[in-house]
Amino acid sequence: MPTKIEKDDVTGHMTTGHEWDGLQELNRPLPKWWVYVFLACVAWSLVYFVLYPSFPGITGYYHGLIGYYQRDAVDADVAAIARQRAGAMDQIKALSFAEIRKDPQLLAVAETAGRITFADNCQPCHGAGGGGNPGYPALAAGNWLWGGKLEDIQQTVTFGIRSGLDAARNSQMPRFGIDGILKPAEIQAVADYVATLWGLPSTGTDPAVGKRVFAENCAVCHGDAGQGNREVGGPRLAARTHLHGNDRATILAQINNPRMGVMPNWNTRLDAAKIKSVTLYVHSLGGGE
Amino acid sequence: MSFVGKGKPPVQPSEDSLYADRVRVYPKSVHGPVRRFKWAVLIFCLTIYYALPWIRWNRGIGRPNQAVLLDIFHERFWFFNLEFWPQDIFYLTGLLIMGAVALFLVTSLFGRLWCGYACPQTVWTDLFMWVEREIEGDRNERIKRDAGPVNFDKVWRKGLKHAVWFAVAFWTGGAWIMYYVNAPTVTVEFWQGGASTPVYLFTALFTATTYLLAGWAREQVCTYMCPWPRFQAAMLDEQSFTVTYQAWRGEPRAKGKRAPGAGGDCVDCGACVTACPTGIDIRDGIQLECINCGLCIDACNHVMERTGRPGWLITWDTLADQAAKAAGTHVPFRLIRPRTIIYLSALGLAAAVMVIALMLRPGLGLSVQHDRAPLYVMLASGDIRDGYTVKIVNKSPARAVFEITTQGLYGATLTEANESLGPAETLGLPVTGDTVGTFRIMVTGQPAALVDGSEPIDFSLRDTATGEVTVYHSVFMGPVRGR
Repeated sequence: MPTKIEKDDVTGHMTTGHEWDGLQELNRPLPKWWVYVFLACVAWSLVYFVLYPSFPGITGYYHGLIGYYQRDAVDADVAAIARQRAGAMDQIKALSFAEIRKDPQLLAVAETAGRITFADNCQPCHGAGGGGNPGYPALAAGNWLWGGKLEDIQQTVTFGIRSGLDAARNSQMPRFGIDGILKPAEIQAVADYVATLWGLPSTGTDPAVGKRVFAENCAVCHGDAGQGNREVGGPRLAARTHLHGNDRATILAQINNPRMGVMPNWNTRLDAAKIKSVTLYVHSLGGGE
Repeated sequence: MSFVGKGKPPVQPSEDSLYADRVRVYPKSVHGPVRRFKWAVLIFCLTIYYALPWIRWNRGIGRPNQAVLLDIFHERFWFFNLEFWPQDIFYLTGLLIMGAVALFLVTSLFGRLWCGYACPQTVWTDLFMWVEREIEGDRNERIKRDAGPVNFDKVWRKGLKHAVWFAVAFWTGGAWIMYYVNAPTVTVEFWQGGASTPVYLFTALFTATTYLLAGWAREQVCTYMCPWPRFQAAMLDEQSFTVTYQAWRGEPRAKGKRAPGAGGDCVDCGACVTACPTGIDIRDGIQLECINCGLCIDACNHVMERTGRPGWLITWDTLADQAAKAAGTHVPFRLIRPRTIIYLSALGLAAAVMVIALMLRPGLGLSVQHDRAPLYVMLASGDIRDGYTVKIVNKSPARAVFEITTQGLYGATLTEANESLGPAETLGLPVTGDTVGTFRIMVTGQPAALVDGSEPIDFSLRDTATGEVTVYHSVFMGPVRGR
């Protein structure tokens, strides 16, 4: 309680009696109606206290008269959003790609859903925006192994590559080096031949030998001129970019003991509408055919 | 005829309690030049407020014909010939800055003119007080009736007053809504019950606030709620031209009939106090509660005239001049002071920036955003391709085709996949009227044309209808040479 209420000579006001190192506070009384508004707010807050979960007990807590529970509210919101999206996602599932692309609004929904699905599932390997990583194809570049049409992409996403499913895309490159199919000199010669396809210098092997070895062993999958073969997923070699790397050491390693990537099948993890959405998104990254 | 204003100043609140009872203020009506000026400002402000939404403005087919329309639902602000989109919101920032600096300038020159004349709280309170005076009579009559018993006369006058207050408040709340939706339409819809819920809610909200703030809270808003009286002290100085009691002339004050020249001019009649809408005594000097309206000047002049003394005992003057006059000299009012020069240059600068920005505002809006990832992709051919998100603002009501091309990168070609456009050096992009068109544009560059990892590239957009051109500076990313 204040102890020394006195009149301030300068202003003629009374003090509150509070003093801090000689500083005193003038009493400028608050209007009473303001205090009543404050009290009304306090009373109103008690309504919340009674209606909503408000205080803890020993074994639980007071749930409030209306039984509000935040988790329920979130679940209701999530369900509401799912209902809101259901119409569009059902349409995406039912319509063909051509029909979806004719409807700009539906296409926008599909590409948004696809972008998020891609970020959650595909981005760790294929990079943000489909930029690719060594061993993981750059989807935005359009240098497709198995084809870049919407149906091709949908097939790849659904069943995967070398995923073990019968419907999956499957192919195998022989281990030319460690299985002794080619002699070391032939491997050096064919590596030089492949390197010169995109302008790397040769190390001086006989081009005729390299060309012959390529024609006999590689052309069936990689094409006569190294242009690739999408029927078997044979990568295009006569290009500036390659799946695993662009230097001679990578070529030699790949001939000797090839790395062959596996892409999981997504049909068990994503529903049909999401697979179509992510297909449309991947197609829109710049490489779509 | 009895001498006006024998009333005592309002009772000071009890000083030993932390809470004070409301001291009801019964302002007495005054007549004079200040009051006439205040009526003129009031009518001017209210006319603008109530009439502005009804002004029609022809903007062509498919566009609103209301001169001032803040169409939040469609994200457009219409202000006569100007049209603002959400991205133009910084003009509002500029306007608010100008408003604040102008307030500083006016306050440093002439005190709280805003508070006394133009503030909505003052204008509507004044209007409500006028209604009260017309129905319940002037100060003395109101005091007597309030203190008296409840009778028919009291009930019908109070009832009518509150009914009129409520009607004015409702008109005010309704007019507020008309700035946001088409005024004639919403007026009809409102009474047919077809207007949207927000229309009813905001009308109710502004009806309630107008009724409470102008009818009941009045000077309490200025004294207890408003921050402006608190920091006005930083704008005012001894050179500010404010409502001032000329103490050197008035003191020593004394009641009753005296010969002119005997004692001070102030006859201590209390007319200045009873006229004050905030219930203060101007003779105590500039204070937080004073809104600088000057009604006490009119009240005092009236008394000075009747008692045969020179007028303007309460007047507009500076503290510096008052100190000088007390010493028998005079200090002229200084319009030009460091403070006003600073405020004026800040105001001029803000206004110049706003006007120039408004004049140079392109009708054509273009924004180009380079993809964050991947920064670029190398194609099988060795070409480098970058992705951009291009947004084009079409402010015309009709569908228009915009030609986009690039400069700065030799041999660059553009592709838009969704519209199946390109590859070409120039693309024609269609955008429907009054919308923003979003396009994903791929730019393919020849590696021979690239020098470094990042090249500047300009996107230029041409409106094929008007020929207007705008340019957006961006970058083209590629591999760093030698890697």
